[in-house]
Amino acid sequence: MTQLLDRPLESKAAPSPAQRTAHRRAFLEWIAIHSLGVAAALFFTLPFLFVFLTSLMSDSQALSRDLIPHTWEWDNYRRVFDTPGFLTWWRNTLFYAVLGTALTVVSSIPVAYALAKFRFRGRNLALMLVISMMMLPPQVIIIPMYLFWAKQLDLSGTLWPLIIPMAFGDAFSIFLLRQFLTTIPDEYLDAARVDGCGDLRTLLKVVLPMAKPGIAAVALFQFFYAWNDYFGPQIYASESPGAWTLSYGLESFKGAHHTDWNLTMAATVLVMAPVILVFFFAQKAFVEGVTLTGVKG
Amino acid sequence: MSTYTLRAKHRRSTLRTLAFLSPWLIGFSVFFAYPLLSTVYFSFMHYDGFKPPAWSGTKNWTYVFEHYPFFWPALRNTLWLVLVMVTLRVAFGLGVGLLITKIKTATGVFRTLFYLPYLAPPVAATMAFAFLLNPGTGPVNSLLEKTGLPAPGWFNDPAWSKPALTLLALWGIGDLMVIFMAALLDVPKEQYEAAELDGATPWQRFRYVTLPNISPIVMFAVVTGVIQTMQYYTQPLIAGKVASGVIQGAGTQFEPGYPDKSTLTLPQLVYNLGFQRFDYGSACVVALVLFALSMAFTALLMRRKGGLIQAGDR
Repeated sequence: MTQLLDRPLESKAAPSPAQRTAHRRAFLEWIAIHSLGVAAALFFTLPFLFVFLTSLMSDSQALSRDLIPHTWEWDNYRRVFDTPGFLTWWRNTLFYAVLGTALTVVSSIPVAYALAKFRFRGRNLALMLVISMMMLPPQVIIIPMYLFWAKQLDLSGTLWPLIIPMAFGDAFSIFLLRQFLTTIPDEYLDAARVDGCGDLRTLLKVVLPMAKPGIAAVALFQFFYAWNDYFGPQIYASESPGAWTLSYGLESFKGAHHTDWNLTMAATVLVMAPVILVFFFAQKAFVEGVTLTGVKG
Repeated sequence: MSTYTLRAKHRRSTLRTLAFLSPWLIGFSVFFAYPLLSTVYFSFMHYDGFKPPAWSGTKNWTYVFEHYPFFWPALRNTLWLVLVMVTLRVAFGLGVGLLITKIKTATGVFRTLFYLPYLAPPVAATMAFAFLLNPGTGPVNSLLEKTGLPAPGWFNDPAWSKPALTLLALWGIGDLMVIFMAALLDVPKEQYEAAELDGATPWQRFRYVTLPNISPIVMFAVVTGVIQTMQYYTQPLIAGKVASGVIQGAGTQFEPGYPDKSTLTLPQLVYNLGFQRFDYGSACVVALVLFALSMAFTALLMRRKGGLIQAGDR
């Protein structure tokens, strides 16, 4: 495009007709592609915009078909925070997401390392089992799991049935980390061994610093998973509102504020915002993670 | 003596491997193998959570397949979602991926905007779409009516609820976009140049250069899309709940699938049978059907050359 603009139409040597059609075609193509881009951008952003605008409407206006608020009711957000429970859901979600992420990362790293770098019988089988676990819908094993946590350990009504398993490796995180660790050349590990490092020291001092982008991606995915999880809290926490998370509470919020779309949308914005903020701070690691899992087999 | 040290070394390395794998070995046994076997066991038991489980033979199985009114509608919906939603998602993901590789101005801004909806938490995103598409005051129908187009009932109309869910799924295309974008950028430039020299039209270039190069990724997107469809739970459930206007709270009951069973999916049946009807045995039957379907497609994914790949999406 800059090339097109830099070149005045009446250049000294008049362009040949063929050149001119080529230019015009390139210019038209630029217009077409960028119009499509703008149209797509509208499709992806307008929902956010409408949600945000509605969240600022007055109660009565939210029932109308207006798109733009007459008065900007920032107070709606305070009303959401004042809703009984909202801060508790917020705290529970953070607790679940942060603790769960930490446990997942710590427990998955050694497993991923062994699957990536150790040679042992049954390694491929183990990897296949990891993938099967990763693909397993959580609903498949929920009945025995629920009976186990609720009837045998009496932990229903808390988020522990969701957090404790994360201390025993998460299949998706193991797989993603393993994919990343296989890209680290063996020479580094050999060098560490020659220097007299044991396996654990090699992992901590040599591998971990090199695996930071992979670990960041895993941590992000796991954080988002916990933040977004609806099924888990629904199963274990539905009877005790004190243990609800944002994703679960948001739905009951809609129930309690039946027709107040403005408040529901303000709550929706408040559930979306942290995830999007985290993304902006860690965009690179995130996109890298998505590509890593998908493309680099 | 040397065989002795060799054996000791071997034993040490086995112990080391076991030590590193130990978190997962426990996790695998306690949170995968045991519950899976237990699910098989319960599928032959009558169990309501109060009286001790009693052997009931294949009763749960015949109940689910022949009498449970939700099973076949859920399976039909899943088939619809696989045929329409997965296909459209792959096509749209490829389209948006192509578009983003062609955009030369403010690429970063466009890419971020296109990617953002994928991050919206499912409950929040579904809630947002239930509002945007609500037939009464929703902005989408307001705009449609202003332009004189028909305004469907979306989540309130059995014929439109799945298309509405598809729209929501297309909005969150970010994962596929990134994967396709990476694949498209990996296509060797020389092949395009050669095609251009041969006078290939843009369509021919796409058909004979781009497509063959990215076909493994297309396959990957299709299979993972099918697997994700098997797990499709939160969005149809929330959409149905919000559209039906059921007041929620602890312990309230909601018959899933509103409107008219059109948003039922298999995972919802496990919840409905197990936690609303307290028929754990039949819930386990549906769970096993879900298991068989998921594993069949996972096997397909692993058989691929260079396989063992999985999408970044949870």
